[in-house]
Parts: sequence; structure tokens; C-alpha cells
Amino acid sequence: MSQILDAVRGLALGERWNHAPKVVRWAVMLLVIAFAFYLPYLNILPFAYIRTDLTASGSDWASVLFLIVVYMIVAVGLNVVIGLAGLLDLGYVGFYALGAYSVAIFGSTNSPVVQALQSRFGLSEDWAVPFAVCIPIAILVSLVAGVILGAPTLRLRGDYLAIVTLGFGEIIRITFRNLDGISNGAAGITGVPVPPGPETDGRAFFNTIDAERWYWLALAILILLIFLARRLEHSRVGRAWLAIREDEDAAAVMGVAGFKFKLWAFAIGATLGGLAGLLFGSKQQYVEPNAFMVNLSFLFVAMVVIGGSGNIFGALLGAFLLTYLPERFREFVDWRPFAFGVALVAVMILRPQGLVPSRRRAREFEDRRHEAEEAAADV
Amino acid sequence: MSEQRMTQDMAEELKDTSDHDLIEMHTSGEVGETLLEVDHVTLRFGGVVALNDVNFEIRRGEILGLIGPNGAGKTTCFNAMTGVYTPTEGKIRFKGKEIAGTKPHKINHLGIARTFQNIRLFPEMSALENVMVGCDARHKSSVVGVLFRTYRVRPAEDELPESGIRRSLAKVFGVSRHTLEERAGRRRSMELLRFVGIADRAHELARNLPYGYQRRLEIARALATEPELICLDEPAAGFNPAEKEDLMGLIRRIRDLGHTVLVIEHDMKLVLGVTDRIVVLEFGSKIAEGTPDEVARNPKVIAAYLGEPDDAA
Repeated sequence: MSQILDAVRGLALGERWNHAPKVVRWAVMLLVIAFAFYLPYLNILPFAYIRTDLTASGSDWASVLFLIVVYMIVAVGLNVVIGLAGLLDLGYVGFYALGAYSVAIFGSTNSPVVQALQSRFGLSEDWAVPFAVCIPIAILVSLVAGVILGAPTLRLRGDYLAIVTLGFGEIIRITFRNLDGISNGAAGITGVPVPPGPETDGRAFFNTIDAERWYWLALAILILLIFLARRLEHSRVGRAWLAIREDEDAAAVMGVAGFKFKLWAFAIGATLGGLAGLLFGSKQQYVEPNAFMVNLSFLFVAMVVIGGSGNIFGALLGAFLLTYLPERFREFVDWRPFAFGVALVAVMILRPQGLVPSRRRAREFEDRRHEAEEAAADV
Repeated sequence: MSEQRMTQDMAEELKDTSDHDLIEMHTSGEVGETLLEVDHVTLRFGGVVALNDVNFEIRRGEILGLIGPNGAGKTTCFNAMTGVYTPTEGKIRFKGKEIAGTKPHKINHLGIARTFQNIRLFPEMSALENVMVGCDARHKSSVVGVLFRTYRVRPAEDELPESGIRRSLAKVFGVSRHTLEERAGRRRSMELLRFVGIADRAHELARNLPYGYQRRLEIARALATEPELICLDEPAAGFNPAEKEDLMGLIRRIRDLGHTVLVIEHDMKLVLGVTDRIVVLEFGSKIAEGTPDEVARNPKVIAAYLGEPDDAA
């Protein structure tokens, strides 16, 4: 494992990338994006082996791609919270659930809330909040939830914050399971609306069959979000987050409004989680409380940590691996938890900074390893 | 930031001739007026009296030394002034305004910055980034402004980009405040690194800098927040005599930029050589105050701080 990693390091991809002229970098980036959009149709033989639908029992390839991208959005958001601001959030699934449920509760004709509005205002039975309005609602709900959760809890540090957020994730799920009059309880809500689009072949543009359209939509959103996240990272906001992560007290004395920026990190992370949930719920056209179990939160954190905390591309890689590999190797489904555990332990031993760490993190861990070795040598 | 671009920037930044205008302090106050007033401050931790009725003032434009034996309460006094502790009794006024109990980052915005006795940089950020965090304290761009570049400002003629299309665009739509602040912050930070003499390693991670560089970096970071009063907590700790000599020069140059300086220091030679006035603490109480000469001759100080009178000379 470590030999493979060394070989990859030998290629010095990062170095070459950084030394390439701007034109080349743009060209490569555009090619990668174009290839990503082409992926659902991938059929050229050696590459086609990465498809997940080669066997009859395989999962639909475009749907898998869609899920990967949704989880990548989650990873980008969680990377802001964990990687940059250094806040361990173990309840991220709560925001994901809020995003999915907001669009279901307001946009589905089957939701108790919409039905109550219909009878209250004498609206027709087809009436529901339009999808375009559901998007800002979902964003607003998850943003406000982030602020409401953050405002009292961000005064806590480290493990305490992790415990509170862990509880939050569960509270959201259990609340949705019990609120029959709002979220239809354990039965969930069907008929979650989809984005509008021209009808093709007698079907809505975004339907359950043509999953690649969902994938393209999610991919476009992901690219936009990466662009915005990088803007934040390379600004006074990103620097403030890093400073808080490094030494919160020193940052405060240097004029960094710690609480404000931590709250922003939390709110931005929550918003991205909500957006991802919105896409997920809309594509499934069905939400139920059991889709948002706490283990999903752990999966999200694992994506960021395995990929490389603090580095967007590391987080993307982590999201890809942890979503793609289980789908690709479905025939070994019984071994999945085992393989996941082994992989986690292996990464933590061989490469604790993550597969594609940010440069600073890599050095941090390297130094710590040396310190540990020196300490051991002293004994 | 890529390696290549980094080195190009670095070359450019090093090439720049020093530009003191960038880092000079422009204050409205008059030299000699009271800047900070420690008014009969008492600070107790349970039964321990860390500060007992301490009373002194810092005047604008001076270099004030705060000395005393270990455990005399110098750093506690510092912490009270920078908002880490709130005095049990008494008041601390900065420019006539009560600051006890104000949050640390707000105190910084008022115009007080400090360094730490045990260096507390942001180890995983580069030297330049460390200083830029300090500059950010005076910047105004918001999260929304950074994300969507919504806040546009009309740049001055010399701030416009040189090339055609970009220049025209900037003329029509203005430039986002974020972009201007980022550019100005970077230039100012570089200038500050030059000022303290560590610009050659601006792009190295703070943790990898040598000890003396780290101390200087802390000073640069504190200066970046444009403080009217800068408090240096044992800046010469661990320095050899030559480095101490340099530091004395640096402290004087900081004052010449327009800052007021408060120095906590053990090293008597440094304190006597660089300060205008000295306040002496012992066991949490002020025992003397005056010019270096007066303090050095004060028998109480000699007894308390310098040990046996015979050694004082």
C-alpha cells in the first residue's frame, strides 16, 4: 500500500501541476470536466470496466454517478467545517435530512403541510409550492438550522462539540419520524417534486429513468460550489478559519472574531448539506426518516478524513472512493462493513493525513511522526 | 498558490523597494497624552491576589517598560489589558474608554495588539499568511462579498490593472473590495516582514522558521493590526546579546512608525536602554515608576528586582 503511494508520489503530480502554464491547467481542467459530463455514456472498453452495471445485479451507472456527486457536495461542505475551521461535526446528516425534507414537505402534494394549506386556502389538490421556491426554502431552512445549532454550541470546543452535533443529527431524524402532522412520520413523503424541464418521450425531463440528467444537474451545481468554496478559502474568511483552527485564542487577540467566523463555517457547511439533501430527495422522489441514519454522518466524516482534511480535492476523492467502491463491488456486499473497517484502519495507519492532504496537513503529520520516532529513540 | 507563481511573486516582492508609507501609523492623537490608563486595578483568582491596586498610565508615543521579578504580575497585567481577564476591581481605560470586560478581538479593533511570551503563531500558515491575518483585522469584506464580489469600489487610477480589457472592465464595474483589500494586505504584510527583517522567508510555514524569526514574525503580525498601542511580552526571551541589540533598534523603529510601545522584559540592559519610562511590579503591586535612571537607582527596585544592592551596579 505504502509502496503504491510512494510510486504515486514519485510522479510528483502536484509539482507538475503547479509548474504547468496557466493555459495548460485550464485546458486540463476543462477536459476533466468534459470527461466527467461524458461519464454516463462511457463505453470505450478498457475504461468501461469502471461502470457499475456490467453484471445483471449491478446498480444503474448514472444513478451511482449521481450519488457520488451528491456526496461530493456533502464533502465540500463538510470540508469547510472540519477541514478549514477545525470543527468536528458528527451530525451532518441532520442538515442533509433537512434539505431533503424541506423540498418534500413544501413541494409534495402528499405532504400533510401542503394538504393543510390546500384545505385552508381552498386551493386545488394539485397545488404545492413550486420547485423553484422549494430551493430557497431548503437552503434557508438548513442555513437557519446551522445557525440555531451553532449559536449555542460553538462555544464548546473539540469533543464536546462533536457530542452535541452527534445528538443533533439523531434529533432531526427522530423528529421527522414522530411528527406525523408535518413529515408523515415513519411512512415518509412520496411525490417529492423534481426540477421543471421540457417533456421528452412523454416523460418529465427529470424522471426516475434518465438518471444521467440528474447527474449532469448535480455535477453543474458541484462545480459551481467548488468554485465558491475556493473563493472563500483564499480570502480573509479562509485565513480566519485556519487561524481559529490553529490557535483560537491567539486569533482572537489578532482581531479575528472567532465566534462569527465559526458560525459562518457552520452555516455554510449546513447549507451545502441541505443542498445535497435537496438533490437526493428530489431524485428519489421519496423521503423517509430511515434514509438519514447516524451512520451516514460517519460516512461523511470518513470521506473528508480519508480523502484529506482541509483539501477540497482530497474531500472529493474521499467521497468518490467511499461511494463508488461499494457500488462497483456489489457482489461482495456481505463484506462491505468489513472492507470499510479495514480500509479505515489501513488509511489511519499508513496515511493519517488522508490520501490527498493539504500541504500543511501533510507536513504537520510528518513532523509528528518524526517527533514520535525521536521520542521512541530517546527511550 | 502554486510554487512557481509563488517564487515569481516572491522575487517581485523582494525587488520592491521599502515603502514605509504602507506601514506608517496615522493617528489623530497628540504625543504625550494619556493613551491607556490602568486605574487602581485589582485582580484576584480565588484567594490569590495577582494584581493589587496597580495604577499607571501609558502616554502616546512613548516606550514604557513593565518589569518585575518572576510572578510579579506583569503578564497578568497584560492579559487584563488585552481582555483575557477582567479586573476584579478598578478600571482600564483606553483613550478614555473603559475596556475591562471587552472581548479580545474587540480590544484589538480598538487599537491594542500584543505578542505572547511563549510564541503563539499559526504554525501551519506561512509567515506571510500569519501577517495577513493581522491585516484582515482592519479589512471589511464579508462572507457574501467574498463569495459573490458584491461590494464594488471604484479604484484609484494607479490601482487599475494595466492590460486593456481588465482595465476597461474595472473602470466600468469597479473592483470588488475583497480584491483590493487582498492586494493591499499582501503588500502591507510583505512590507511589515521587511520591516522586522524576515522577508526572505515569507513563504515558509511559521513552524519551520528559526526561533528568532518566529519572535519577529509575532511582532509583524501584531503590527499588521494597526495598533495604537503594541504590547511586547518578553520579546528578547532566548535572544543572544547581538539579537537583543537588533531588537532594541526594532522597538525604537516601531515607535518611530507612530505606535506606542509597552515592553515587558527581564533583561535590564534592554529595558534601561530602550524605554522612556519604567513601571516596576512586585508581588502584584507597583513599587516604583519613573525614567530608567530613577528606577535603576531606586533602592526598593534594587532590593526587589536586582537582588543584593552590591550586584546592582
